[in-house]
Amino acid sequence: MSKHHVTTTINGEPAEYLCEAQQTMLDVLRDELGLTGSKEGCSSGDCGACTIIVDGNITCSCLMLAVEAEGRAVTTIEGVADGDTLHPVQQKFLEHAALQCGFCTPGFIVAAKALLDSNPNPTEEEARYWLAGNLCRCTGYDKILRAVMDAAEVMRAQAAR
Amino acid sequence: MPRVNFTAPTTIDEAAAALASATGLAKILSGGTDLLVQLRSGRMKPDLIVDTKRIPGLIGMREEGGKWIIGAATPGVMVSDNHAFDHDYPGIVEGMDLIGSQQIQGRASLAGNLCNASPAADSVPAVIAARATCVIAGPNGARREAPVEAICTGPGRTSLQKGEFIIEFHIPKPKAHQCDAYQRFIPRTEMDIAVVGCGVNVTLDAGGTCVDARVVLGAVAPTTVIVEDAAKALIGSKLDDATLAKLDAAAQAAAKPINDKRGTIEYRTKVAGVLARRVAAIAFDRASKR
Repeated sequence: MSKHHVTTTINGEPAEYLCEAQQTMLDVLRDELGLTGSKEGCSSGDCGACTIIVDGNITCSCLMLAVEAEGRAVTTIEGVADGDTLHPVQQKFLEHAALQCGFCTPGFIVAAKALLDSNPNPTEEEARYWLAGNLCRCTGYDKILRAVMDAAEVMRAQAAR
Repeated sequence: MPRVNFTAPTTIDEAAAALASATGLAKILSGGTDLLVQLRSGRMKPDLIVDTKRIPGLIGMREEGGKWIIGAATPGVMVSDNHAFDHDYPGIVEGMDLIGSQQIQGRASLAGNLCNASPAADSVPAVIAARATCVIAGPNGARREAPVEAICTGPGRTSLQKGEFIIEFHIPKPKAHQCDAYQRFIPRTEMDIAVVGCGVNVTLDAGGTCVDARVVLGAVAPTTVIVEDAAKALIGSKLDDATLAKLDAAAQAAAKPINDKRGTIEYRTKVAGVLARRVAAIAFDRASKR
């Protein structure tokens, strides 16, 4: 069975790879491209640890075949910070101690970034429902939500300047 | 994951031909939110995956000729973000929107939800209540239209023949004073499978009396159930208490659920009646305002 050649854009940079049809985007990100920030938590689209952004929508990379990335724009956790400058969501996760083992954290940060990109002023309920696809075993979610709501406030203030 | 072949055709006829000529099992890939899970678990062992997302028209929504036309691979986020469609069919949007998480919504499609043929599919009851049809493409340019309720024949089974796949849904523009609603009961708050789902679409006259209705239950039988007696109870009424009681009884009588970890037969049957009441009330209220 021959491999598929895929040309895509990852975190703003052109990327290409060879893959087999049944390899998921998560497989290729981690095993072929060395982008190990996205995590494999369940492989069934339930936990959100593998969350990436594809053409503006968050999706579970474990439920996407790597061949589907052809011609699309993909953002992973590695693309969230701007060089050495953390994204407000990342900064607030640190300030609020919104992580313990950190395994769910990349997925939460990508999902939270996408939330605030689409809705700069979510209510806590809207944020909780948006993040319902990201599971955390350690924190009980409270500090995660506080970090996200605080990041939202910071981003609104930045936008207002 | 087991090995599989993959093709992403750019025309409907290419896709139908690929499906028809596959030597083994061929599966359509829209959002992949059911297919990839099944591939990994071994429940589905296709030889060929046909990705329909590159076919023009398979993703997109438009109003044309008195109806909404929705491409089969249109993801949930596109349906939810369409304010005009949400105004016409808040119940269909509610149903579609309840599927999975925000991540799932970025990919999951109406056709996928339908053709996966889970009895608990959340988008299906309201789509059937809307009297939607789907256009099915087949080999050699074949096209046929079928009511959505004709597609699922049992859990995991559809009436689609080899080489056929759904290309779009046609949903009539609602009449004046017509609207819908959908609710489901799940044990958790989010990310669960319906224990009971209920979609109701009603049309009222200018005085608020129901002149047409469709009541559809999900998750309480091998396929969704169109509850004719529930519709009969609603028609001619303004949803008074006696009507609600008849509606409740009709929904319970139509429910033929199974026992499983999410709910007993007795519980699901009771909740079918409860949801029918609640959803009918919401549909009536919305219809009176349109």
